[in-house]
Amino acid sequence: MKIINFLKSFLLLDFLKAFYLAQKYFFRKKATINYPFEKGKLSPRFRGEHALRRYPSGEERCIGCKLCEAVCPAQAITIETQPRDDGTRRTLRYDIDMVKCIYCGLCEESCPVDAIVQGPNFEFTTETRKELYYTKEKLLENGDRWETVIAENLEADAKYR
Amino acid sequence: MISLAQTYIIEVMTIILYCLLIFVPLLLGVVMALYADRKIWAAVQKRRGPNVVGPYGLFQVPADGLKFIFKEIILPDGSDKTVFLIAPIITLALSITAWAVVPVQAGVVLANINVGILYIFAISSLGVYGILMAGWSSNSKYPFFGALRSAAQMVSYEVSIGFVIITVLLCVGSLNLTEIVMAQKTMWFFIPLFPMFIVFFISALAETNRPPFDLPEAESELVAGYQTEYSGMPFVLFLFGEYINILLMCAMTTILFLGGWLPPIDIYPLNAVPGFVWFLLKVIFVFYLFAMVKAFVPRYRYDQLMRLGWKVFLPLSLFAVVATSSILFFFNLAPGM
Repeated sequence: MKIINFLKSFLLLDFLKAFYLAQKYFFRKKATINYPFEKGKLSPRFRGEHALRRYPSGEERCIGCKLCEAVCPAQAITIETQPRDDGTRRTLRYDIDMVKCIYCGLCEESCPVDAIVQGPNFEFTTETRKELYYTKEKLLENGDRWETVIAENLEADAKYR
Repeated sequence: MISLAQTYIIEVMTIILYCLLIFVPLLLGVVMALYADRKIWAAVQKRRGPNVVGPYGLFQVPADGLKFIFKEIILPDGSDKTVFLIAPIITLALSITAWAVVPVQAGVVLANINVGILYIFAISSLGVYGILMAGWSSNSKYPFFGALRSAAQMVSYEVSIGFVIITVLLCVGSLNLTEIVMAQKTMWFFIPLFPMFIVFFISALAETNRPPFDLPEAESELVAGYQTEYSGMPFVLFLFGEYINILLMCAMTTILFLGGWLPPIDIYPLNAVPGFVWFLLKVIFVFYLFAMVKAFVPRYRYDQLMRLGWKVFLPLSLFAVVATSSILFFFNLAPGM
């Protein structure tokens, strides 16, 4: 046994085996994707950047019930409401502190009118902290930009809810 | 009539030209080596490696270099600042100096001196001073440990490298690098001296602090070893010195065992290719082996490293010296006898 081990190490057999293995993997298909140019597939349930949605008529969905504010475990959401001229209640302020947010998706779960949702976008890095304090305008703009994808995703996931 | 000043200027200009002739290709070689190193390492691990900056990521290394140039050179408060800054310069200067005697083709060598191999051996032995100075002057524990390890490692493996070189020299009968290559006209030395080729290759890995023998800069133990306190340009000098040393070791392997610029077989289409192309191909091949070893061999423990150097390679290479000289003597093969 000792002699076999000696020969094994002396003839560098393990080394040669490792070299063969490394050489085999050298030509294998790459496991990583070419990220900024190609992206991995996202689930419809992916919880990315927040967005406030509108009805097809252009009316904003949020009714200012403050359920999301209440449920938010990181207390990242701040809402102020006021009755509008037509008597309906709407938000004055709807701020999300994206620095505090833990992307748990509870705001989306709690929303009775599917107003606040987490879209598929995860590339929203900024150069200053200030830009990550999202206001109502920013969130509505997000909703307008991602509406098609968000609607598709909600549709795809609806039967599991 | 040319005045004294003019001759002087011409002389200096020629020297500078020669220096550039060796420095510029070497710099290019280092850039390519760094790139190839990362690419090969990535490929073995099924990654892509640098591929964004420039075509196929070729400009990644120059971009990194540019970044380092603009970085602040941090001088630690407790360090010996003169020695701290001299150390990387010594490392780089010595590693470039050694290239002066490396022949890339028949007759194409900067200084065709008679003791070429001895010169290279002496210069690469001095290389440890740069690392020692860096470790000592940093006045910090990790660089110090790194330098200690590096010194011990380089000294131990230089011994076996020396004996391996002696076996080659026994077969050649000359210390001149060009003659060493020409002696391999009939058969490259890695065939008759195969065990020594392996010993030389592994010792070269240890000598240049490459993985699996990168204990001086083992990041899991010593942060970055002797380079820990370095930043900006001095760090680049260390990096370049290290890689030029690696390329030198590749070139040495090529010259001593793989027949330098000689084609594999001396027949028409092969021997029409200029010699330096063969030399380059062989160096690239050896570097490929270096890079592959980095990708698949885990790092040695320090006592194992020392055991391998003193208890395996030293007796083995000593025995090889005796065996080779006996065979050469009894069969009357020794050159110059």
